[in-house]
Amino acid sequence: MKYGTRDRRTRAQALASPPPTSLRITRRTLLKAGVAGVAALVAARWLYTTVSAPSKTTTSDAPLDSNARAILAAIIPVILDGALPGGPDAAGARDEALAGAAQAIAGLPPAVRSELDQLFALLAFAPTRCIVAGLWSPWPDASRESIAAFLGRWRDSRFSLLRSAYEALHQIVLGAWYGNPRTWSAIGYPGPPSLAIG
Amino acid sequence: MATEILRQSTLPDPFRAGLSSGWKVVDASALTEDRTVEADVAIVGTGAGGGTAAEILTGAGLTVVMIEEGPLVTSSDFRMRESEAYPQLYQESAARKTKDKTINILQGRCVGGGTTVNWTSSFRTPVATLAYWASEYGLAGFDAADLAPWFEQAERRVNVISWPVEPNENNDALRRGARALGLSVGAIRRNVKGCWNIGYCGMGCPTNAKQSMLVTTIPAALTRGATLITRARAWAFEHANGRVMALDCLGLDARGTDPTPRRIRVRAKTFIASGGAIGSPALLKRSELPDPHDIVGKRTFLHPSLVSIARMPERIDGFSGAPQTIYSDHFLERASPGDPIGYKLEAAPLHPVLGATTLPGFGAAHARWMHELPHAHVAIALMRDGFHRESPGGRVELKSDGTPVLDYPLNDYLWDGARRALATMAEIQFAAGAREVMPVRPAAVSYTSWPEARDAIAALPLGPATANVVSAHVMGGCPLGPDSRRAVVDPSGRYRELENLYVFDGSLFPTSIGANPQLSIYAITAKLASGLAEKLALRPRS
Repeated sequence: MKYGTRDRRTRAQALASPPPTSLRITRRTLLKAGVAGVAALVAARWLYTTVSAPSKTTTSDAPLDSNARAILAAIIPVILDGALPGGPDAAGARDEALAGAAQAIAGLPPAVRSELDQLFALLAFAPTRCIVAGLWSPWPDASRESIAAFLGRWRDSRFSLLRSAYEALHQIVLGAWYGNPRTWSAIGYPGPPSLAIG
Repeated sequence: MATEILRQSTLPDPFRAGLSSGWKVVDASALTEDRTVEADVAIVGTGAGGGTAAEILTGAGLTVVMIEEGPLVTSSDFRMRESEAYPQLYQESAARKTKDKTINILQGRCVGGGTTVNWTSSFRTPVATLAYWASEYGLAGFDAADLAPWFEQAERRVNVISWPVEPNENNDALRRGARALGLSVGAIRRNVKGCWNIGYCGMGCPTNAKQSMLVTTIPAALTRGATLITRARAWAFEHANGRVMALDCLGLDARGTDPTPRRIRVRAKTFIASGGAIGSPALLKRSELPDPHDIVGKRTFLHPSLVSIARMPERIDGFSGAPQTIYSDHFLERASPGDPIGYKLEAAPLHPVLGATTLPGFGAAHARWMHELPHAHVAIALMRDGFHRESPGGRVELKSDGTPVLDYPLNDYLWDGARRALATMAEIQFAAGAREVMPVRPAAVSYTSWPEARDAIAALPLGPATANVVSAHVMGGCPLGPDSRRAVVDPSGRYRELENLYVFDGSLFPTSIGANPQLSIYAITAKLASGLAEKLALRPRS
């Protein structure tokens, strides 16, 4: 593919093209490939999309889809265990963490948002969730222990793809949480100084 | 809150004053139709290279248009909040990754580029680096004596001073620990004027103390009638018969992430690529310029850096005070080209988002360190890449949407350096009184004594589990030199294959610098831009 100005139309068309059929393809190929080949296949799939076009992805204004929200909602209490408040503030804090993560993702370039879409699609699709993430319950039902174990496995994985997916979740959730001024007093951060003169 | 904002707005903002006096600035995200712009010289990028060139060329009486991918944000907008600053001022929300996602790159993307968000550390190019360029690449005219007047000029322009204030605790602990071990340390000079020592350089200087391009050269160029186009991504040069004819730019949306349908066509007699060491090679590659020896984008360097976080008994408040004032070159000076890799030691500021995303692990283990934020000390080791055959750097590639990605594989040569650097930093931190040290690596394991840390770090297998790697300096990819087989840019800064295209930015460097690169870029591009100004001024203007 060329990038000269004469290719503008192709590029514009690519940006405007409909959602990919990647999930359907993945599912069909998965059934053929059997368990052993799945991890490699998924890795290859995501790697491929990592370096390929931002076909259709969430626009920078659109919120995350419901799959992504469910996954983040399940992961947030585990990554932020020890940081989220308990008691009556707990639910509101989790919502703020989720909103912050969505906002952080919306600020990323199209190609990166597209990769995250792929990641959430893989984590949402039950066969890949079970086999690749090792998580046998749907996200809303998964125990904190099983989610923590999943995060630990990906963090320490020998596949760079899974390690980088863990890092992405780590950065998005923690970066969004601690960017929120409401979290600062708990960690002894006074916030930016006032620039009052005199 | 409202009071605070009101008070902030009482600080002068010379850039806003300039805008109301009629400076020509176009925000491409707000365009409702395509535009064509003409000038003598078009400069892509407004960072250290582009800003320097714009001032020098407008000073020679040339008309200049500057094209910047990022937004124009000025001191009144700098609210010292990471959640605003990173998405607004940095490439990919300060989370740009190498192709295998192993290295996180901090790179500016706003008017002033990296100079708007850097930590003000000002080093002349180390003599050893210049000597290596001469001996290995045959580069003449760039030794320390040749460049001395250019360094002096740049230092005057951005007010590089010896910092008269005591280092903050974060830097002082580095100095204490290093001295206790008998390692050499030095004081970092800074490009500031009337600095308040508040420590928010990385989010844009709210007091205009930092003498970035945003407050120096770019205002000077605009005052002389230059045009600045923001939120416009230089997409491709149109070229024919050995000349660039025009530059095609894409408008970006207000968030700066997605292209709009708007196009800006820039016609000029001379074009300068100053988009930085990822942006410039990407622009040249998208333009399909002749590159007979397949050099563009290769040998791109990062100073791959390691991080070590310590828990100190006293408050460190790494978020407060000038971020970098102390360094040690002990492990750089001992390493000659061809040796195991050397590294420079510095401190790094610690604000909540940078800290939270850098600290490894999750859940209670992560929260425990965050609760110690005011007691956390952060040391970094910047590895000097590009001086060994096992350190060829990375390669800029294009994704299928035409945006760049840097493929920078880490090998055992670099992992070995990472392991040694982690050990050095742990030893320094314990010598400075640390109660606990955590080398930043995926496993998030910490140690409570130097012997324990030493043995554990020595036993780390080399590979991705050795360390997390970050970078704040991107260099190389369009090397300057006399040999056309190894350098796409000639010693005047001209792209060899085209008559009227120049490269003036950190991508010119044949290796990494071995120090924070801003002053190297200012001095070398000032020399090249002055040569170009002379050449263009001699040419009859039509």
